[in-house]
Amino acid sequence: MRLTLTVNDQQREDEVEPRMLLVHYLRDVAGLTGTHVGCETSLCGACTVLVDGSAVKSCTVLAVQADGARITTVEGLAQGDQLHPVQEGFWEEHGLQCGYCTPGMIMASVDLLSRNSNPSEAEIRHALEGNLCRCTGYQHIIKAVQYAANKMRAGKAAA
Amino acid sequence: MAVIPKFVGARIKRREDPRLIQGQGIYVDDVRLPGMLTAVILRSPHAHAKINSIDLTAARGAPGVVCVLAGEDLKDKIGTLPCVAPAERIPFHPSLALGKVRYVGEPVVVAVATDAYRAQDALDLVEVDYDPLDAVVDPEKAIADGAPVLHDEFGTNVALKMEVPSPAMDEAMRNADQVVRFKIINQRLAPIPMEPRGVVAQWNPGQRYLTVWSSTQIPHILRSRLAEMLKLGENHVRVIAPEVGGGFGCKLNVYGEEALTSYLSMLLGKPVKWIERRRENIAGTTHGRDQITYLEVPIKKDGTVLGIKGRFICDMGAYLQLLTPAIPGFSALMMTGCYKIPAMSFEQIMAFTNKIATDAYRGAGRPEACFIAERVMDVVAGELRLDPAEVRRRNFIPKNGFPATTAAGLVYDSGDYEQALDKALAMVDYKKIRAEQEAARKQGRYIGIGLASYVEICGIGPSAMLPPKFQGWESATVRVEPDSKVTVLTGVSPHGQGQETTFAQLVADALGIDIDDINVVHGDTAIVQYGVGTFGSRATALGGTALMMAVGKVQEKLKKIASTMMEAPPDQLVFNQRTIALASDLGKSIPLQQVVTAAYDFKQPIPGLEPGLDATSFFEPTGCTFPFGTHIAVVEVDPETGVVKFLRYVAVDDCGKIISPLLVEGQIHGGIAQGIAQALYEEVVYDENGQLITATLMDYAVPKADMLPLYELGSTVTPSPLNPLGVKGVGEAGTIGSTPCVVNAVLDALGPFGITQLDMPLRPEKIWRAIKAAKKSS
Repeated sequence: MRLTLTVNDQQREDEVEPRMLLVHYLRDVAGLTGTHVGCETSLCGACTVLVDGSAVKSCTVLAVQADGARITTVEGLAQGDQLHPVQEGFWEEHGLQCGYCTPGMIMASVDLLSRNSNPSEAEIRHALEGNLCRCTGYQHIIKAVQYAANKMRAGKAAA
Repeated sequence: MAVIPKFVGARIKRREDPRLIQGQGIYVDDVRLPGMLTAVILRSPHAHAKINSIDLTAARGAPGVVCVLAGEDLKDKIGTLPCVAPAERIPFHPSLALGKVRYVGEPVVVAVATDAYRAQDALDLVEVDYDPLDAVVDPEKAIADGAPVLHDEFGTNVALKMEVPSPAMDEAMRNADQVVRFKIINQRLAPIPMEPRGVVAQWNPGQRYLTVWSSTQIPHILRSRLAEMLKLGENHVRVIAPEVGGGFGCKLNVYGEEALTSYLSMLLGKPVKWIERRRENIAGTTHGRDQITYLEVPIKKDGTVLGIKGRFICDMGAYLQLLTPAIPGFSALMMTGCYKIPAMSFEQIMAFTNKIATDAYRGAGRPEACFIAERVMDVVAGELRLDPAEVRRRNFIPKNGFPATTAAGLVYDSGDYEQALDKALAMVDYKKIRAEQEAARKQGRYIGIGLASYVEICGIGPSAMLPPKFQGWESATVRVEPDSKVTVLTGVSPHGQGQETTFAQLVADALGIDIDDINVVHGDTAIVQYGVGTFGSRATALGGTALMMAVGKVQEKLKKIASTMMEAPPDQLVFNQRTIALASDLGKSIPLQQVVTAAYDFKQPIPGLEPGLDATSFFEPTGCTFPFGTHIAVVEVDPETGVVKFLRYVAVDDCGKIISPLLVEGQIHGGIAQGIAQALYEEVVYDENGQLITATLMDYAVPKADMLPLYELGSTVTPSPLNPLGVKGVGEAGTIGSTPCVVNAVLDALGPFGITQLDMPLRPEKIWRAIKAAKKSS
């Protein structure tokens, strides 16, 4: 089937099998291996990307379902040398260790902050319950998201 | 020029992060090679069955399929998967099942095709004719008469029996005022790294050279074992650990898929990739813990513990993997914990069962030991109606008692257990919280406070302690390049622990350069000298010491050369701000670059010195290190639902000197999360037929963000005298201290109901039922 979509602001047109998962399309056809696969049951969230601005687990979407959509993966967050505040937050606050859950965790956090610019600790934990991390125990991830929230609110205030 | 700060001890952002937060890390599934084929494995749906026949005809004819193989096709091609730890009965371990399957998930057939979708389609056409046999999953049943025998050649399911009696123990029993007896179950756990396993193998037929990318914790040991299994010279095998997405011990191993993928590439002359799916990971990657322990504890009326006697039945699984039978030994050796308990004796029976093998999982035998020691303390406190903190205090090895030789013959390097306990009690405000507990009980609310004072053995250790083909030393190379940037080659294999940062901190301070001037390389056996790997909380204690030894050699050479240029003796020179300067007058200096150029260009040869700036060291430790601490959990149990809520979680840990405080916090947090998970959430469940019930993440409860508390950390610093860094290790400590303090807290909350024993995981239903039963009988 023909698939037409935008990935990280790049227009793409590809021929794919109907059964191909979006995460495999992104990794193997679009060559963007930043999005990871951690399970087959939609539990772990390592595959989280933004589809038309909302967080979606790309292992649970067929590529053809994303026809006509705008997709953002972790590779599309930084603007040149300028990291996204969420990426900065993860770096500042040691929000990652092995890094495998990190792209999905970052995309889910970007989604959270687009809906809630000042989330509490409980709200962050709840919003990220779809993203498993085995390394950090989550505490530094929460701090990373709070760092990003503060920076983004300050950025808005300054603008 | 900006002043270069001191890095050791400072809060440093990790060097690893920029690539990982931008999705630029290359994990094994990101390795793409021209002409690469994909292998997918068909696994046994039975726990125990004879294989009558396998029909691969249809599969071999499927579109895109290059090759389909079963166990018979590998006979004499791949040697046994290794178990290097001693045991009485070590079965041959095939990479694809031969004649019989012995656990659900055992690999049976492999299909290689142009991509995973095509390979899976082919496997759907494979026909395997099984004759199911009775399975045994309870290790106590497995060693009883009449149990189905897994390995016919042995006629028994006992892999190893160890008996260590002790006359001191007999005497302790005679001198006791009372003997406390109880049973502990450390349930089977699955490590679940977020990245499942995976392998890419590339055979170069012209050079007869095998390159293997594997998500492993032990690249060099893996290279040695693969070379052996495939009958290749080690000098013709290269193993690369790319980014590894977590290991926790389950990637400290040698797996059939690693040998199989390598063999397939050799057979087909093309690169072959195999990537594990999560279902495969839960069923087919080694599990942890799984011990049943019967304890007898002679005590005095004042709470003094005179001895611990343990009878362990340990579930090995169907085959013995790399260290499977060695793990329980630590559980016995460390079961006297922080305490000056003068006697210990034990018996351990390691049993084969129809499940995947157990092996190292964060703590690897020491969580079980600590669980014993810390439950003993609370059970004794309960029996004698003493405060649990007080019982611990009475039994602690005192501050002036180090180095301390335990009843098991281990020598603890240094410790101050009372200081950590006092700090934790102060942080949680123990008296206040006990008063709150009292008040809450009157309101029908059930608050519990649980302690655990742990000590654990890591940085293992003197190589004589370790099995053959396994080492206790570690290696490092430090190379100052001609442009005075530094390359470090470390034998450890970090997968989240951050040594690219920690080691750069150490070298930066040693050579007076910036942390960004250093590149720490690991995980490639063609580049890095033989090393052992990352596991057992050893990387900084052992790898860091090897690093300091190598840096020391480089410093010495640089100083010798600088001395000729500055006309000052080497021992008066120091490294400062990219110069080598007089210690007494830092203004009198020469640029480091000048000395480096002299070492390489060698325009003025220096007698006694060779050109270059490259030094390699291997550190063989003289003993093991013993980190320790006290964790305190405060919980509230809802009697209507059995749900456990955390009110506080306090952890005071002593890992010796701290090089990278942010990274140490991260290790403790992650360790605590996994320990809490054992206490409350996780359990691998097989039914009585050996069917894996907790087969996906929907059933195996890895904690989510909203299932864990905030961790309040404190620390004490008691340096280890065993290495110049004073470092003890911290990777597993959090896991070891947390499980018992959470269980102690829940039981403390349930005290009013008369509940004194409950097995992990303490799920809401289990707690609710226990409360219901207690209410009924009262």
